Amino acid sequence: MSWLPKSPKARRRLTLIAAIAPVLAIAVALTLWGLRGSISFFYTPTQAAAAKPPAGRSVQLGGLVAKGTVVKHADGRVEFTVADQHAADKVVFQGDLPDLFREGQGVVAVGAFRDDGVFEAKTILAKHDERYMPREVADQLKKQGEWRGDGATPAYDKVQRP
Amino acid sequence: MMAEFGAFALMLGLACAIAQTGLSIAARVRRSSVLAAAGEGAALASFASVAISFAVLMHGFVVSDFSIANVAANSHTEKPLLYRVAGTWGSHEGSILLWDLALTAYGAAMALFGRSLPRSLKAVAVATQGALGTVFLAYTVFASNPLARLAQAPVEGRSLNPLLQDPALAVHPPFLYSGYVGMSVIFSLAVAALVEGRVDAAWARWVRPWALAAWSLLTIGITLGAFWAYYELGWGGWWFWDPVENASFMPWLVTTALLHSAIVTEKRGALAGWTVFLGLAAFSFSMLGAFLVRSGVLTSVHAFAVDPRRGVLLLMILGVTSGAAFSLFAWRAPKLGQGGVFAPVSRESALVLNNILLAAATATVLLGTLYPLIREALTGEAISVGPPYFNLTFTPLMAALILVLPAGPLLSWKRGDAVGVAQRLWAAAAVALLAGLAAYAIVSPRKAFGALGLMLGAWLIAGAVAELVERTRAFRVSAAESWRRLTGLPRGAWGMTFAHLGLGVFVLGACFETGWRAEAAETLPLGGSLDVGAYHLTLDSVTAVEGPNYDADRGLIVATRNGKPVCRAEPERRLYLANAQTTSEVAICDRGPSHLYIVLGEKRNAGGVPVWLVRAYWNPWAVLIFLGPVIMALGGLISLSDRRLRLGVPRRREQPA
Repeated sequence: MSWLPKSPKARRRLTLIAAIAPVLAIAVALTLWGLRGSISFFYTPTQAAAAKPPAGRSVQLGGLVAKGTVVKHADGRVEFTVADQHAADKVVFQGDLPDLFREGQGVVAVGAFRDDGVFEAKTILAKHDERYMPREVADQLKKQGEWRGDGATPAYDKVQRP
Repeated sequence: MMAEFGAFALMLGLACAIAQTGLSIAARVRRSSVLAAAGEGAALASFASVAISFAVLMHGFVVSDFSIANVAANSHTEKPLLYRVAGTWGSHEGSILLWDLALTAYGAAMALFGRSLPRSLKAVAVATQGALGTVFLAYTVFASNPLARLAQAPVEGRSLNPLLQDPALAVHPPFLYSGYVGMSVIFSLAVAALVEGRVDAAWARWVRPWALAAWSLLTIGITLGAFWAYYELGWGGWWFWDPVENASFMPWLVTTALLHSAIVTEKRGALAGWTVFLGLAAFSFSMLGAFLVRSGVLTSVHAFAVDPRRGVLLLMILGVTSGAAFSLFAWRAPKLGQGGVFAPVSRESALVLNNILLAAATATVLLGTLYPLIREALTGEAISVGPPYFNLTFTPLMAALILVLPAGPLLSWKRGDAVGVAQRLWAAAAVALLAGLAAYAIVSPRKAFGALGLMLGAWLIAGAVAELVERTRAFRVSAAESWRRLTGLPRGAWGMTFAHLGLGVFVLGACFETGWRAEAAETLPLGGSLDVGAYHLTLDSVTAVEGPNYDADRGLIVATRNGKPVCRAEPERRLYLANAQTTSEVAICDRGPSHLYIVLGEKRNAGGVPVWLVRAYWNPWAVLIFLGPVIMALGGLISLSDRRLRLGVPRRREQPA
């Protein structure tokens, strides 16, 4: 193989590049493809109303569980409203709620909007720590002037329900 | 008084760490063994001081001294003793103190056991360890005092989060942190090697025991965490690609790569620069992990004791220490030797390929973990990267790694014989192929990817056995001779075999469980039943029970298979009184290596009749998922006991001129 470089060092370098290049190419391709396909956006109800994610697209909806809206059906279905200062969305969920799910607490629902505008949650994100607010929810609440400091319960009675 | 004494001891620890750094640097500059010994003494004193401070905090938790803010926020008089002790590291401040304890303990261990190290290298390493101790102790003293007093002590504490009141999680942080912080020794040795400008076989052999110990501890720590998530969260899963999980996994991947590249450096003197780079990267990833976990900058389901304000400080520590170390690397690395040459087919090449794949896998995990942060900084959009991304990127890279893994140990150094290796592995390949085909044919429903995964697992196990057969020349020489060879194998070889075997066991379990798990959830009245897998579950009764610090509903669920009762499961739903939090206590029926996993959920009302949400999972071969890493860690410990590590590499004596 006369086209190979003569010095052993250069040969080793060439072999190394030949080994690294395909792995790198595959890793980069997979990463880009993976990031395109499997990221999900986070919206508050207000943002969701503005962005109008297409029905069926996997997104996360975060806000506060509006007081008095949680309905637990005997067949395991749960309905509640996730609200922020300006908007609210109805969420339906089938299954066991996380241990820290409370009215008036921050919540992140993972799922998709249906054609009728109801959010169908596949997962309700559980926080292990009752003093912990999902960061996105906290950020949005701060922007909307709803934030009352760590662990405080913001007022959600003012929320206009649709 | 106790708390003030502890706070003083912590301050003393910081002073000793500063002295350790200064004295050791002076020892290196003036080549003084007296100063070096003083630096080592300071390292021991620093550890002793931090240990006293830690003991004081633990004492505060045990006796429920609520005048200490940390105890008041995280403990409760009714909590069982084990969880009062574990509460010591259940908070942000306490866990950072545990980190300091591990850091100074490793510094003291290096001072005590590093006798075979050259003096100047040791002085620089002890100084670096002291500098790390200084930074973290200063952070603890000035920004995260675990022993701060409350002006008015409350009568009762706020209690530890009930999810953390669990035996596996009580011991999870000590293992995880001793693994995380164990990387600091490698970091210090890497910095010392860069300063001295010499990386040789002896250096790689000094790194090896520390890397092995840290790696084994981290393996156990991660496994405990996964096991806890598996049975405590009640979601039936064991790994969620959550940022906090990734934060512990990345240092593990880097250390795994380091263990392999250090072999090349030790045996052949090659890859010196790369091994040093990995040494710096391993602890940087540990610190990144601490930052990600503690700052709450990424939304995680496992977020405990989060404090964003302190996150910035941790990020600064990470930036300064890693930045300085990598700058040193950029400056000094070109001076490190190139080492021996090797052919494209050789054990060196196999280990290089291992490192390329592990590094690429680490990079994909890092990118997936940090992408939400990058994206938010650039566009302001909040997103999350889910498991599909990691399945798509990480899994193929690992599959490629597993495919080449059994060939590595059979290749010879410098120039390997590909055909010879193929001949030695054909039996293993046949076993793996048969296992894969059998899985595809027998297990229903039919799943090609699952079967492929099982094939890879079988390939690893058969490959490890083939390697043992090769080393002992079994079936080619007499049985007595094979036995003699088997018992004569060095511990390091056994360690490798166990580690690779453990990985195979893990892959088998992970693939079987992921591929064929079954799930069912229904609301059941008393006497109601549901089916999961081949099992029929009936809710027999629900009774109220009282625990030490909780009230619970305990369900009795009878599982039958083909009409025969096989298990009486008693899952609980607990209400912890101190913070009015409910948790689910999962019931797991062992069915050989498989688990029948049952969760009692909320009680609801169906027209006056009480019903309970019952979820059940059939997790085939779930035991192997946790058994595999334990075997791997055992391999690490066996390798650690190899006497070659204690003897060190013989060095050529200087010829008298």
